[in-house]
Amino acid sequence: MNIYVLVKRTFDTEEKIVLNGGAIQEDGAEFIINPYDEYAIEEAIQVRDAQGGEVTVVTIGGEDAEKQLRTALAMGADKAVLINTEDDVEDLDQYSVAHILSEYLKDKDADLILGGNVAIDGGSGQVGPRLAELLGINYVTTITNLEIDSDTVKIVRDVEGDSEVIETSLPLLVTAQQGLNEPRYPSLPGIMKAKKKPLEELELDDLDIDEDDVEAKTETVEIFLPAEKEAGRVLQGELKDQVKELVQLLHTEAKVI
Amino acid sequence: MNFELTKEQRMIRDMVRDFAKAEIEPYARELDETHSFRKESFDKMGELGLLGIPFPEEYGGAGGDIVSYALAVEEIGRACGGTGLSYAAAVSLGATPFYNFGTEEQKQEFLVPMAQGKTLGAFGLTEPNAGSDAGGTRTRAYIDGDEWVINGEKCWITNAEYSRQVVVTAVTGQNEKGRNIITAIIVPTNTPGVTIRSNYQKMGVRASNTCEIILENVRVPRENVLGDEKKGFGQFLNTLDGGRISIAALSVGIAQAAFEKALAYSKERTQFGQSISKFQGISFKLSDMAMEIELARNMVLKAAWLKDNGKPFKKEAAFAKLFASEMGFRTCNKAIQIHGGYGYMAEYDVERHLRDIKLMEIGEGTSEIQRVVISRLLGC
Repeated sequence: MNIYVLVKRTFDTEEKIVLNGGAIQEDGAEFIINPYDEYAIEEAIQVRDAQGGEVTVVTIGGEDAEKQLRTALAMGADKAVLINTEDDVEDLDQYSVAHILSEYLKDKDADLILGGNVAIDGGSGQVGPRLAELLGINYVTTITNLEIDSDTVKIVRDVEGDSEVIETSLPLLVTAQQGLNEPRYPSLPGIMKAKKKPLEELELDDLDIDEDDVEAKTETVEIFLPAEKEAGRVLQGELKDQVKELVQLLHTEAKVI
Repeated sequence: MNFELTKEQRMIRDMVRDFAKAEIEPYARELDETHSFRKESFDKMGELGLLGIPFPEEYGGAGGDIVSYALAVEEIGRACGGTGLSYAAAVSLGATPFYNFGTEEQKQEFLVPMAQGKTLGAFGLTEPNAGSDAGGTRTRAYIDGDEWVINGEKCWITNAEYSRQVVVTAVTGQNEKGRNIITAIIVPTNTPGVTIRSNYQKMGVRASNTCEIILENVRVPRENVLGDEKKGFGQFLNTLDGGRISIAALSVGIAQAAFEKALAYSKERTQFGQSISKFQGISFKLSDMAMEIELARNMVLKAAWLKDNGKPFKKEAAFAKLFASEMGFRTCNKAIQIHGGYGYMAEYDVERHLRDIKLMEIGEGTSEIQRVVISRLLGC
């Protein structure tokens, strides 16, 4: 089984987001593997261990993303690929990323491609489906269970808290939802072995991609933090009057009805 | 000069941090309340290879360095001081003497299972009447046929109940100057005559297993000597030098935990119409705490780096242990002060941190002994 996992380096969920001059400040912040991608890595390793084959983790980004790739290798992936766009393109969006990935994957004969269901930073959830469209293969998003029996694949996917059971076939792209598995910690021997595993670095030139072709289709107009939560108000008086006042306020102040 | 951790060191630190947060921290308060050791934590650490970080792969280890090991101790100690102490003792005192002084056979027999986390190991040095004055050891051993016969008593031995073997120090004769010759002897804990009890009521680090060991006509094979038969004393001094780095790292971890709680609390707690972190009486304390923790951590990493690079580290290890443990006590004490009355309550955990950190000024050489070590190295 030829398995690929799409991985993104994201802000640590515990980092405080600081804006400076309309941009998110990255200096000194801790970065992690996007948590949903960890489920994808774990699932890929489990599928490989059961069915044989090889797991390759792929990311797009800069030099710094090597740490996340090495962590995936330490968990048990076999190979890693860093598509380094640092010097070529400034802004990447879902379109650019899906396009670059499809150029990389088009001749790889992937049986199974896994990714997280969303990245916790951008949160678009589009890269997986877009990539599957470009490659012309089946895809199922937000999966919570995966069973592969030769070419037949049985999947349970999360639909807003309910489960949907789907049968499909390889080659296939899936995106992982929480609950799919319990990602393992990279073990100490795993971390030491990861040093010696192959990590290939590619640039857009190596993939014959013209940087103009992957220019972002979207433009970020403004970045701002959510308004700080203000203290609530406790209504006083008879219950009947309170209800009236509440309805009134929802109408005039909150303007939700 | 380069202050950056390597990629592997960062990965190890991050992994241990995530692991400790999920698997160790949630149990810390309960283990403290019930004076209990949680074996599952050590089984999981063993599976992840944490008990073999600084040992080569051929001995079941991960082939990591002392810097990585110190980072791991800090992270485990940050989650639970008692678990951190048992972890540090298992690696530094239980396993390391075998790596440093064991024969190839002893390494295969004893070090490999410890590095793989299949058993812990213990180091039996302290006695009721031989603490800082380890030369005053009263446990005795003599040769009878092909066996050592050992009699004596050891106290405050970490992890002994969960160890397959204990290395005990015993007087085996006298040199030409009339001084005791001390020999380190490997005693499997299931040997007849060995009694191990753990019924101490400790002030802190209660999640670590602390034992009393009674040795009554304990017979072990003559080849169970660890290292040089005549140099047991020098060997355990060497063992303690390395152990100091881990106690220093543990101190940094406990202090870090107390600091984080104090910082978070000071931002939440409002008095006189603003969060108390805005008052200089509080914010200056927090500044001092953050600064001292970082200074101690740097000293720990420097001592570890010196050891990794085969350079003398005895003085730096003593610096690190002395400063980090005393800094840790100051920091935990300030953390309680910042919490005010709440800090005195178990629910806020900082009182536990103070009880835990106190041991760091005592165990593996008291602060006073560290000053003796340092002053001797200064030529005083």
